[in-house]
Amino acid sequence: MEVANLTVRFGDKLVLDRFSLSLPDTGVTALSGPSGCGKTTLLRVMAGLESPGGGRVSLPPRPALLFQEDRLLPWRTVEQNVADVLPRARRGEAAGWLELVELAGEGNAWPRQLSGGMGRRLALARALALGGGVLLLDEPFTGVDLPRAGRILERVRALGAPVVLSSHEPGILALCDAVIPLDGPPLSVSDH
Amino acid sequence: MSPDRTQHSGTPAADRRSAVSRPSLLRRTGRAILVLAFWLLVWQLAAMWVAREVIAEAWRAGDTEALLRAVLNGRELLLPGPALSLRTLAELALTAEFWSTTGASLLRIFCGFAAGAVLGTALAVLTAALPWADTLLSPAIRVVRAAPVASFIILVLLWVQTGLVPWVISGLMVLPVVWGNVHQGFRSTDPLLLEMARAYHFGRGKTLRLVYLPSVLPHFASGCTTALGLAWKSGVAAEVLCLPRLAIGSQVYYSKLSLETPSLFAWTAVVILLSLALERLLKLLLERGRGAQAWR
Repeated sequence: MEVANLTVRFGDKLVLDRFSLSLPDTGVTALSGPSGCGKTTLLRVMAGLESPGGGRVSLPPRPALLFQEDRLLPWRTVEQNVADVLPRARRGEAAGWLELVELAGEGNAWPRQLSGGMGRRLALARALALGGGVLLLDEPFTGVDLPRAGRILERVRALGAPVVLSSHEPGILALCDAVIPLDGPPLSVSDH
Repeated sequence: MSPDRTQHSGTPAADRRSAVSRPSLLRRTGRAILVLAFWLLVWQLAAMWVAREVIAEAWRAGDTEALLRAVLNGRELLLPGPALSLRTLAELALTAEFWSTTGASLLRIFCGFAAGAVLGTALAVLTAALPWADTLLSPAIRVVRAAPVASFIILVLLWVQTGLVPWVISGLMVLPVVWGNVHQGFRSTDPLLLEMARAYHFGRGKTLRLVYLPSVLPHFASGCTTALGLAWKSGVAAEVLCLPRLAIGSQVYYSKLSLETPSLFAWTAVVILLSLALERLLKLLLERGRGAQAWR
């Protein structure tokens, strides 16, 4: 997996400047760096949600992105939020994804009844249920205590798909197989 | 339940407010009666002021019966008192024609309201989905909203048969209001949720059902509440000008024509009471619908 010579500009602000990066094809890779350094933009470009001004992205097909915000549907229950991304025949799998993120038993709750960390885990369950050739997780464990984050990350690793996550929490970074430090904006590192 | 689950029940502040500051039913009813009594008294005093010469004459003549009649009825032609108006209303309510007239007006205006709401919603979907339709239709709908209702009534009177005019006018008044609200609902749908729907391959149907509809529904409800009063008032105004056979507006017009001011007051009271009742009914329905939305 790699990105090559990516350039992204928002108005006058240059966020990625001919940025290149090679990523391992397996395991959990962390992109670390201070807030605002361009991690989210990089993940959104990799997910195909931002069109770069130039450059190339080579990733497995249908990457699944966990957004930086939870973006839950407040009028759908916890279980429905997960089931909604699944095909009709596989909607029953939602409970299993909730179990993976330790939300079993919360299926009938409403998103407003969840704490910040629980909402984050629900958003993660939904992205995992969507599945894809690569999982792109933007700050997946915000508000989640470290032991729980560790257990969930182990289960995510066991799914087999390569994972690229962004974080600036040392505890989370220590759980990853590889850590790529980033410094921006603009991200202009060309040799990782 | 996980330990980090929050325990709030959604809108505790609102619940607390309603529990603490909302007066009891008895107090509210008492207050409403007092307010009503105050305005009836104002009406009575105004009627007595208008009829002061008749009252003075009866007083000077020592005619108790004439004095009582003058005090209660006022000057019938200019400003009848509340007692006379209420008596006229009660007499009207005892006739079968009153109920058929009121029912016909209600049906006519409700049909116009429903047609306007359906068409307004359909146009809002169209203008939200297709930019060229928005460019083309928005100015026309805004013109309809800005145009004086009397001009429309007279124009429509030339184009359609008399009985249909209130129907069409109510619909025309409702359409831009519902369109505006629903269109605004589509526009204010959370872009983050729409991006999520795109990224998670929801497709058009699922995005409409799971993202747009729940976002638009409160705007639609608010539009309907505003539009209902408008439909009722414009519908009765259209009846006054086009005079269908069974219509409240026609009765208002004939009362004015034959200088039966108490009857004019009674029919106007019917319009006001029905308007308030319809508004209350719609609010109850919307509150019930909102109560069913447990996610709030």
